Amino acid sequence: MNKENRTPIRVAILGVLVAALVFAIYSSLSQDDVVGKGDTAPNFYSTEVGGKSVQLTDLRGKGVVVNFWGSWCEPCKEEMPALEKMWHTYKDQGVVFIGLNIGESEITATQFAKQMGVTFPIWMDPKREVTKVYKVSSIPATYFIDKDGEIQDVFVGPMSEEIIKEKVEKIKP
Amino acid sequence: MNDTRKCECGHTNPVGTRLCEACGKPTEAYIQTQDPQAPEFPSMRYEGMARRSKINTRSPIDKVWNFFSSVKIAIILIVITLIASGVGTIFPQQRYIPVPVPTEESVAQFYSTTYGTLGDLYYLLGFHNLYSSWWFVTLLVMIGMSLVICSLDRIIPLYKALKKPRLNQHLSFYLGQKMHGVTDEGVSFNTSETLEKAAEGLKKKGYRVFQNGDSLMGEKARFSRWGPYINHVGLILFLLGVLLRSVPGFYMDDFVWVREGQTISVPNTPYYVKNVEYKTEYYSEDEFAQDLPIKEGEVIPKNFESKLIIYLNENEGVAGAPPKLTQVTEGSVRVNHPLTHESISYYQSGKREMELGALNFDLVNRTNNQRVGQIKVDLYEPAAEQKVGEGITVRVLDYYPDFFMDKNGMPSTKSSAPNNPMVALEVSDGKVKEKLVYVSGSLISNETNPVYELAIRKPDLLDVTGLMVRKDTMIPLIYFGCFISMVGLVMGFYWQHRRIWFHREGDRLYLAGHTNKNWFGLRQEVNQIIEPLQLPIPITVAPDVDKKKSKKEKEVRPT
Repeated sequence: MNKENRTPIRVAILGVLVAALVFAIYSSLSQDDVVGKGDTAPNFYSTEVGGKSVQLTDLRGKGVVVNFWGSWCEPCKEEMPALEKMWHTYKDQGVVFIGLNIGESEITATQFAKQMGVTFPIWMDPKREVTKVYKVSSIPATYFIDKDGEIQDVFVGPMSEEIIKEKVEKIKP
Repeated sequence: MNDTRKCECGHTNPVGTRLCEACGKPTEAYIQTQDPQAPEFPSMRYEGMARRSKINTRSPIDKVWNFFSSVKIAIILIVITLIASGVGTIFPQQRYIPVPVPTEESVAQFYSTTYGTLGDLYYLLGFHNLYSSWWFVTLLVMIGMSLVICSLDRIIPLYKALKKPRLNQHLSFYLGQKMHGVTDEGVSFNTSETLEKAAEGLKKKGYRVFQNGDSLMGEKARFSRWGPYINHVGLILFLLGVLLRSVPGFYMDDFVWVREGQTISVPNTPYYVKNVEYKTEYYSEDEFAQDLPIKEGEVIPKNFESKLIIYLNENEGVAGAPPKLTQVTEGSVRVNHPLTHESISYYQSGKREMELGALNFDLVNRTNNQRVGQIKVDLYEPAAEQKVGEGITVRVLDYYPDFFMDKNGMPSTKSSAPNNPMVALEVSDGKVKEKLVYVSGSLISNETNPVYELAIRKPDLLDVTGLMVRKDTMIPLIYFGCFISMVGLVMGFYWQHRRIWFHREGDRLYLAGHTNKNWFGLRQEVNQIIEPLQLPIPITVAPDVDKKKSKKEKEVRPT
């Protein structure tokens, strides 16, 4: 083979190998993708406390705050009063608050809501399916979804009234 | 420029060649690198051919190429990968944690509480997911690159050199071989007769014979030289299989806990699995072949088995949509005997036994001391209301699965698992309405003299089975890679590429031999072949020339 032919062939071989490398790294990194800001909120079905079947897309056209919680979770308790207060502020401005209970029975969820004085709708996720789809790894986790179903913000950890206010303003229709 | 490239036989060799491709004489360029007092014959490992990585070293592409064509680099990469793989086994990887860890925090906590500070560090450094980490994958791909480039860099010149049998070589080629001999001066022989006999002897030993004039070469098992490269092809296929596992749909390895009676979704699949029953079987004493030193009450498990039903969810795709399940298969799984459906296998690989499933009570009317009926409180899906006997309703008012009093003195739950259930019940028969609370094994009534009371019955205990759910469509490719790799190893290890040359020049007969291993065997064979020649050829076998040379030899570089 001529010397002149070598470099292109070498470049080609190296190119293929580098492509393999990039692909391998990319696919090992992309395993941890989460549902986050800018994504369309995955639709899900649920049952509202009381037995009504609901789904997320029913709420298109409104701003939606989805708050994942569990009654065993101390920080979830902390933020409940703030959420409740903001719910009263925004419910007449086209924003819906939803408390999504993770893996508990309706009895436990209802009594928790009563204890905390929560009046916004509580939806149930008894088999943690919604939790899985949203890849929620720690709670409280709150998703702020705008009227077009796009996630505008995600907050993990307990929120104060100010934080909620700032984020809800972004999704108000 | 071309003064060192052109051999005296007239052949122009590529830059970097050490042995003339045509006549086998050490090249001028090579000789210039040698000590003129004691020049050494070039190494025969790659037949003195020019290797690309040794010639061009300047451009960045060459630098990358040369980096990966180095065996030293390959070994370093392999050693690093080995060490990293070892580190990954110090503590279990995340997917093999033997308890449920639903959140990232509980994963961190598991390493922390189980292994202390080292566990913290292990988690922090990401070693709990080591084999899928980007740097580990990078190492694997770099080994792959090294395999490809090392092989190409060597096999191409080697193939070119071996394709054409070396006949009518320069005398220095024969005399430079590790094994060589020449008849003494003045010993006469009949050339054609001798060569004929030699060819016959070679053929008898299974050699292929090439002849041109008074030059003869016997060769056998050349294919063994390709062994290492075929081995590499196998390894590359193996690596490819491993790497393709990270493509979604090709590979899956998950773990699910399923309670008896529970049907849950299998992660990343449209399937649901139901645990119908779990059981552990134990050896009875008469099954022991000998007296074992076991204490009273100690048992040895014999079998761990779950009965499973697999369903397909036809409503898959929307989270929380009421699953529409169709049974697709059912069966039992035992350790190492999975249930497989659509290339997804379910393995028995964990269990938690005797967990609280439901509380049972007898409702007793104290006025006449009559048992009215039975109440069951399912601790996973408690029914809000149940009817007992005639017109009596029992309602579950409150339920805390893992009860404790929080810092504000309010009843609360530590987790969603029923470790310490607290249940508040209301019994009403139309006339009386009484409240009862079950907590930590005792019952409290709100009445001082209640009509109804509860008697605690044996609770429902259930077993939880841990299933490993695996799908690995790359297994055939990985095994195929292993097989090819094995073929290459066998080719390289069990055969040797042997060549024996006979060459007449002037009135003397030259003999030379080359093998890539087992010189003793070659020596024996040469003896047997030259015996019928009836011609004294004193043969010398130089001690380990190749090893010494490869160190001493300087590189031949273009000037």
